Amino acid sequence: MTTRTKFFPNHYRDSVALMRMSAEIAGLPGIDEASFVMATEANIALVVEAGLLDEGPDPRPNDLMGVVTGSGADEIEAAFDAAGEALASTEGNRGGAAEAVLPRSLDAALDSAPASNLALISCPGEYAGAEAMKALRLGLNAMIFSDNVPVEDEIALKTFAAANDLMVMGPDCGTAIIDGVPLGFANRVRRGGIGVIGASGTGIQEVTCQIDRRGGGVSQAIGTGGRDLDERIGGVTMLKALDLFAADPDTDVIALVSKPPAPTVAARILQKAAATGKPVIVNFLGWRGDRSAYPSLTFAGSLEETAHLAVAAGGSDLPPFEIDPMPSPVPADGHCLRGLFSGGTFCHEALLELTPVLGGVRSTSPVDKSLTLNDPWTSRGHTVIDLGDDLFTRGRPHPMIDHGLRNERIVKEAGDPSTAVILLDVVLGHGADMDPAKAMLPAIAEARELAHGDNRRIDFVASVCGTGRDPQNLDRQEASLRDAGVRLAPSNVQAARLAARVLAETAGGAS
Amino acid sequence: MSNLFGQNLGVINLGVDGFADVIEAEGGAAARVDWRPPAGGPDAAAALAKLAGNPAVDAANQRAFDRYLASQPVLEGIGIAGETLPGMGPRHILHAGPPIEWARMAAPVKGAVVGAILVEGWADTEDAALELAAGGEITFEPCHHFDAVGPMAGIISPSMPVVIVRDAVSGARTYSNLNEGLGKVLRYGAYSNEVLDRLRWIGGTLAPVISKALEKTGGIELKPLMAQAMHMGDEGHNRNVAGSVMFLKTIIGAALNSDSSREDVAASADFIADNILFFLNISMAACKCMLNAADGVEGSSMATVMARNGVEFGLRISGLGDRWFTAAVEPADGLFFAGYSRDDAAPDLGDSAITETAGIGGFAMAAAPAIVQFVGGTSATAINATNEMTHVTIGRNPAFTIPSLDFAGSPAGIDARKVVGANTPPIINTGIAHKEAGIGQIGAGITHAPMACFEKAVIALADAMK
Repeated sequence: MTTRTKFFPNHYRDSVALMRMSAEIAGLPGIDEASFVMATEANIALVVEAGLLDEGPDPRPNDLMGVVTGSGADEIEAAFDAAGEALASTEGNRGGAAEAVLPRSLDAALDSAPASNLALISCPGEYAGAEAMKALRLGLNAMIFSDNVPVEDEIALKTFAAANDLMVMGPDCGTAIIDGVPLGFANRVRRGGIGVIGASGTGIQEVTCQIDRRGGGVSQAIGTGGRDLDERIGGVTMLKALDLFAADPDTDVIALVSKPPAPTVAARILQKAAATGKPVIVNFLGWRGDRSAYPSLTFAGSLEETAHLAVAAGGSDLPPFEIDPMPSPVPADGHCLRGLFSGGTFCHEALLELTPVLGGVRSTSPVDKSLTLNDPWTSRGHTVIDLGDDLFTRGRPHPMIDHGLRNERIVKEAGDPSTAVILLDVVLGHGADMDPAKAMLPAIAEARELAHGDNRRIDFVASVCGTGRDPQNLDRQEASLRDAGVRLAPSNVQAARLAARVLAETAGGAS
Repeated sequence: MSNLFGQNLGVINLGVDGFADVIEAEGGAAARVDWRPPAGGPDAAAALAKLAGNPAVDAANQRAFDRYLASQPVLEGIGIAGETLPGMGPRHILHAGPPIEWARMAAPVKGAVVGAILVEGWADTEDAALELAAGGEITFEPCHHFDAVGPMAGIISPSMPVVIVRDAVSGARTYSNLNEGLGKVLRYGAYSNEVLDRLRWIGGTLAPVISKALEKTGGIELKPLMAQAMHMGDEGHNRNVAGSVMFLKTIIGAALNSDSSREDVAASADFIADNILFFLNISMAACKCMLNAADGVEGSSMATVMARNGVEFGLRISGLGDRWFTAAVEPADGLFFAGYSRDDAAPDLGDSAITETAGIGGFAMAAAPAIVQFVGGTSATAINATNEMTHVTIGRNPAFTIPSLDFAGSPAGIDARKVVGANTPPIINTGIAHKEAGIGQIGAGITHAPMACFEKAVIALADAMK
């Protein structure tokens, strides 16, 4: 049996706390007795009286004294270490009765959830760059949902991320799916072996949903943000995502979706894609670059085809991709198509499909700049617009979230005698309106009535981007729209072609 | 390799709260940030982007914080300011807060300066004192430039006694004047004969009694005393009842055993016993001691000084040493003595915010149930006030534990980055002076450090880190 005394200088604890501590230390292995007291004369006398010490040391009333009896020096040393740790601990004895405290900053949140690996940032754009840089410095990957982040910030963020093996999705990254968890505006799609990289949120949504419709699944979906393939950024995020997918054992096939990159960036991306050694399906919507330099890559002409080819490359037994062709030519007779989109990439894909066969299609972001709509609020001739564009959403909720803006435009188009076909996209998934069909049907009915009263007819054509597991349920939404007489296509590209056919029929019938 | 895929996705969600709901519903983990735009707008945000999570700043803060924790202030003795404070000249008058020239000083500070000039005998009348003060012959400087602190006006003139606190770790010393009690007192700008006579008595009787007692005790370790006082219901700024009683208890025997006369000891004992704030100045010098230990760590954003001169609030941070970051003081809000209201209150004043800087005072509100009225009236609001400060601090001080938080340490080590990032100003408990000189204390309550000081400090530190 050995007894040792140790002083902890300048540690005051109340006697009640010390009694508890003495009991805890006495319960440690190899320890018989333990007494922790403030080393006052009176306390020392008590320790001597209790028989722990034969002779008391000189009083040191500001110091805490521990006297421990145990089987050996090691055990006692361990007991004193435990006591020292308990004294240094800053945690309370229990959780405490105080209100739960929600962290107010990224770093504080990381302290409370140290296993975090991604920051999802959707604060106002002027602050998003700084918050994202904070996240990166803290070792977190970042998804920046916010837009209006200066390009200089994006360059700085992506340069830092590249040097530190981190991923920056965005700015203006609306959609991602990481390890099966939808982030931002995303759909509940089956998990599988296809890795998707997309510059636009709706592009990713359409490709992942079309994969899902074909029984395929998604390993991960990475959003790069709309500017990533710009010359100034150089495709940092897309290149990084290609690296990750090349190394990811759960990814068998890679799908790339973006507007046409800057030529030098395209070359870098496609070289990297070819070097992954995995099948890569590329859809640079409307890209006219030289494909022959990349024989190992597969180029797709539409979002749906991208999904189809990716599922096929993953080994599924699918028929070749064939969809109804565009009618050509469509007579120009004053019957006009009006495309009112909520998703930017849906709008762009429709423009690419429709412009060649309809002749000029006006838009706020047309294929040919000379076809820019002067007044975005008034359609002229064939018009296809993205109502999610900043032009329209200033002070209004995005039409994917709230259909009010688009409903107003539907009714307005119906008042224009030249409107014959209205083409729509309907986006489901997290973040979108919880029942878009229900939100749209009154406006569709009102539009029809307006035209009817004027002895006209308006046809509605739409596609629904979603899955059966989405909160809104694809089948239910499609059924509601179909019941209301909306002509549905299974994809956006097919909806564009269907709209053109309906227009051709209308024009043909009228002539 | 990247840490993005296959890691059991853990998201920190900042912004649209609904995204976190989805992540959780889909099997991911989401930690929510109660985000608010950082104070100071995009410039401060950009500075923060550079500093937050910056390993150099984190390491510097940990070093500064560890030094603060390790510091062991010991009340060593009593000296005469002019002989004791290094560099103090014969015509120096020290004041609370950041530097300020005579013309801009707040009325209570001017009143206290007049009182100090009369006590020093540099002038015989109020008018002559005012003329002297305005004449440029007297050098006004912050107490902090001399490692000293003074509550309210914080006036220290060369003949005044000061407590001397020594850091047992570094040997460095800090100072404060002796607390005069409540009512008409110099620190609130009063300079009547009653005030001047009391100051003379403090210098001539009280100071020697304490000094001789301290010689007998060989110095008093202050942290254990402060910790014990916190367990007895002091937060160490607005409430110092327990600390004052404990101090008296600690020295009374030694005073009686010294060669001070029985009458002087009895008068001194009565004076201390009647002054529930007597310990404040001693504790402030201890706080200054702990924070000086933390000062001068390159890259550190830890606050080492918060002080007010009645016009401006001044902040210093460890990594930028002697630079003051100032902003207009904010008014104090609180409880007023009968007959007074907020309209009568002087802007915030005094070096006593050194207590909050050191993690006591407002930061330890949860320790002082007797004064919870200042923050809403319930124990829960006091606990919330203390918890709120964990958003802005580097850690907790295990030496200052809080019973109502089950003995968790008081949040301590204000990180300027966190103040700006969380847009959460440090809380400060404070006495409230009348805006006119000489009326004295009219209430007590709380105020907050102005965010602008912290924004400036963060931007300056980001520049310095280039």
